[in-house]
Amino acid sequence: MSPGSPIPALAPRTVEEVVEAVRGHGRLLPVGGGTKPVASAVPPGCVALSLRALAGIREYDPAEYTFTALAGTPLATVAAELARHGQYLPFDPPWADAGATLGGTIATGVSGPGRQRYGGVRDFILGLRFVTGAGELVQGGGKVVKNAAGFDLPKLFVGSLGRLGVMAEVTFKVFPRPRAFATLRVDRPGLADALATLGRLAASPFDLEGLELDPPGTLWLRLGGAAETFAGRLDELERQAGAGQRLEGEPEAEFWRRRVPLGADRDRELLVKVPVTLGQIVELDSLLAAAGARRQYGAGGSVAWIAWPGSVSDLDALLSARGLSGLALAGPSGRALLGEVRGRGFRRRIKAALDPEGRFPDF
Amino acid sequence: MRRLFPASRLLRSEAGLAPFESDGLTAFSVQPLAVVIPETRDEVVAVVRLCHEHEIPFVARGSGTSLSGGSVPVAGGVVIALNRLNRILRLDPAQRIAVVEPGAINTAVSLAAARHRLYYAPDPSSQQICTIGGNVAFNAGGAHCLKYGMTSNHVLGLTAVLPDGEVVELGGESLENVGPDLAGLYVGHEGLFGVVLEITLRLLPMPECYQTLLAAYDRVEDAGEAVARVVAAGFLPGAMEIMDRLAIEAAEAAVHCGYPADANAILIVELEGERRGVEADFGRLKALIAESGAREVRVARSSEERLLFWKGRKSAFSAVGRLSPDFLVQDGVVPRGKLGVALREIEAMSRERGIRVANVFHAGDGNLHPLILYNGREPGALERAEAMAGDILRLCLRLGGSITGEHGVGLEKRAYLAEMFNPTDLAVLHRIHRAIDPRELSNRGKMFPGGEAPALTAHGAHPLERAGIISRE
Repeated sequence: MSPGSPIPALAPRTVEEVVEAVRGHGRLLPVGGGTKPVASAVPPGCVALSLRALAGIREYDPAEYTFTALAGTPLATVAAELARHGQYLPFDPPWADAGATLGGTIATGVSGPGRQRYGGVRDFILGLRFVTGAGELVQGGGKVVKNAAGFDLPKLFVGSLGRLGVMAEVTFKVFPRPRAFATLRVDRPGLADALATLGRLAASPFDLEGLELDPPGTLWLRLGGAAETFAGRLDELERQAGAGQRLEGEPEAEFWRRRVPLGADRDRELLVKVPVTLGQIVELDSLLAAAGARRQYGAGGSVAWIAWPGSVSDLDALLSARGLSGLALAGPSGRALLGEVRGRGFRRRIKAALDPEGRFPDF
Repeated sequence: MRRLFPASRLLRSEAGLAPFESDGLTAFSVQPLAVVIPETRDEVVAVVRLCHEHEIPFVARGSGTSLSGGSVPVAGGVVIALNRLNRILRLDPAQRIAVVEPGAINTAVSLAAARHRLYYAPDPSSQQICTIGGNVAFNAGGAHCLKYGMTSNHVLGLTAVLPDGEVVELGGESLENVGPDLAGLYVGHEGLFGVVLEITLRLLPMPECYQTLLAAYDRVEDAGEAVARVVAAGFLPGAMEIMDRLAIEAAEAAVHCGYPADANAILIVELEGERRGVEADFGRLKALIAESGAREVRVARSSEERLLFWKGRKSAFSAVGRLSPDFLVQDGVVPRGKLGVALREIEAMSRERGIRVANVFHAGDGNLHPLILYNGREPGALERAEAMAGDILRLCLRLGGSITGEHGVGLEKRAYLAEMFNPTDLAVLHRIHRAIDPRELSNRGKMFPGGEAPALTAHGAHPLERAGIISRE
C-alpha cells in the first residue's frame, strides 16, 4: 500500500474501533503510512488493519515538552505543530515527507541523523495505549517526562513490527529545536581515516546534531544553536576534522531534508537497517562494496543503511556470519528481520503473554 | 547450596543475615533463610537454577540502597549478594561503551572512564555506593533526566539469567537495535525477571564547559514559575533543582554550603556543552532569571563554587535526616506546569496534619521528593506518615503524573500501582511477569499489589546515611 492509495476497509477511526477491529478478526497486522512496506508486509491469511484514519494530536502542552497523539498521526502533522512552538522530535524520524506515521516509526524503531545528539525513538517515547492479541486495551508508561512505574512497555513496542499489539495512542517527549543549524562537509582520504576522525569527534565534547559518513571518506557534521556561535565552532571543528565545505541557511536544511536514510531504488534494491559499532564498519563495508551495495553510516557510526541489490538470503547469511542483525524496510520483497536474533527465548515469552492466541504474525 | 558455596560465602547465622534484612527503605525488614555471595556469573546461574529446582524464592541485591524496598528479602528465601561481581570487564573508549558486572558501583564506571574524558550519565544521589545491577533493576534516575534520560537510556545490552535458569542476551553494543527492544523492557523489571549478569553501558563525552547559577526566592512558587519560564524560553538545562526552606536550613547546617540564609526557596540551573554555545545561552538565562523575581542570583565562578552549589543539594536528604529521627521520601511526578499546585497542596496537608515536610526536587522533570518527617518511636507516627505519603501519590496521579519517577514501585508503592493502572493494565503486566517467572520466585512480592507484606518495624536512618556516605534522592 502506498501513502497516496485509498484507505482500506478495515480502518478504525477511534481507539474503541481499534479494540473492536482486533476482537472481530482472526489474524491481522497493523499498518501505518506504508512507507516501509517490507516491514509492514501482510502475510497470507492475515488482514491489514490500517491506522491511517486513526490520526490526530490529542494533547500538546509545549511547556511540558510532551504530546500525545493517535498512532496513525503522520509525522509531518506532528512536526508542523511542534515547529509552531519552536520544538521538534530530535531523532529526525525518517520519511516524514512520504507519509510515515508515529506508529510506524515506533513499530520499525527507525531514527534519522538527529539520533546522534539525544538518542533515538526509544529515548523519546514515554507512553502508549495498545490493544493486545486478546483484545484488551492497555496503558503502558505514562504522560510525564519521567516515570518508573510498571514494566517499560513503551520501549518494548519500539521495533515490535506490529506483532505484539496494535498501538492506538502514543506519548512522546520533545525538545526545543535549535534556533539555527550549520553543517560542515569534510572529505577524508579513505574509509579508515574517516572512521578514525568520526570516532574522535564522537568522543569529543562537540555537541553534534548529526554525525554521518558516506563511504569511503565523506563526513557530514551538523551543529545547532545560536547562529552567532557558528563561525567559531566551525573553525574549531575544522581544526579537529580537517578543512571542509560549510553549509548554512536554506541549502543546509534542504540537504538534511533530502537525506532520507539512503534513497534506495525500491524496485530493485532492498533497503536495510543494520545496527553496527564503529569497529565493525571496515569489514562490513568492504563486503557490501564487493556485492555492489550502496551504503551510508548514520548516528555517529552506529547504524548502517544498506541498499542491497542481491538476494535476501545472501544478505541474511552475510549478516548472520558476523553476528549482525538487520531490518528490511523497503524493496522488492523479503522478510523483515534478517541475520542474528538475540533474546529469542525472552521474546517468545513476551509474545505469548501479549498475543496468547497468535492473532498477530510471528516475528 | 553448601556444595555450591564455601561457608564463608553462605551466611546462615543471625549475625551474618542481619545486614541483609533491610535496604534504603528502612521501615521494612525481613530475615532471609540464607545469603549467598557469588564471585562468578556461573555461581549466580547455579544458585538461580538451584532455587528454581527447589522452588525457593530469591532476591538479588547490590548495595541495598533501594528507596522503595526493592531489595528487601523474602521470608524463607535466599538473598544473592552481588557485591563481589563488581568488575568493569571492558572499557572501550573508541566505541564509548563499558561492559560491567552487576555489582560494579555507579561512580566506579565514571571514574574508570574519566581518563578518556568520558562518563556514565545517570547519577542517582546514592551513586557513590549503589550498583549498576540495582540501577538496571529499578531504572534509576538522577538530576539530569530531562536532557539525558534514565538508566534505560544508557543501557545498550545485557546478559541475564531468567528465574528458571535460562541465560539470555538482550540488545548489544550498538546504540541502535532491530526487533522489539527487549533490553529496554528488561531495565526497570524490579528484580522480577531474574538476575542481570553483565551490562553494556553507553558512555558520553564529558561536556567542555558548565555554567551554573543559584537563585534565591521568597516563595517556592516563584522558583517553580522561573522553571516554567526557562522551559518556555527554549532552554534545555542539564539540571534544574529546587529546595525549600526546611531543606535549605538543613543542608546549610550540615555542609555549610553558603546558601542565602533567608531564602524560602533556591533554584539551581545548570547548562553544559560546548563553551561557545553555553556562554551564548547562559547570558540569556541570567537575564531571564534576573527578571523572575529572584531576590539574589549567584553564578558559580569556579568549579569549586559549582561543586559547593551541588554539595548542599546532594546532601539535602541526609541533612534533613538530622531534623528528625525518621523520614519517608516520596518520588511522585507531576507535569511541570502543576508543580506549584502540587507544592501548595503538600504544604496544606503538612499544616493540617501537623507533619513536617521538606521539599527537594528535580524541577526540570517534575519529579517531587517530599521528605515526610516523623518519629518512629511515637506510636502511630509511621502510619500517619505513610498515609500522607499515599495521599501525595494520589495527588500526583490526580494531576496527571506518576507514582514514581526513579525509585520504582518496590514494596512501598505496590498498593498505588493499582491506582495508576486499571485492572486490565495490571492483568497484562501480570501475564508478562508470569511468562518470565511462572512460580514468582524472583523478588516475589514486589511491584504488584497483594502478596505477603513484611513487618513494618525498623526505624532510623540507614547506617551509611547516618555516616553521610549515601543520601536518599
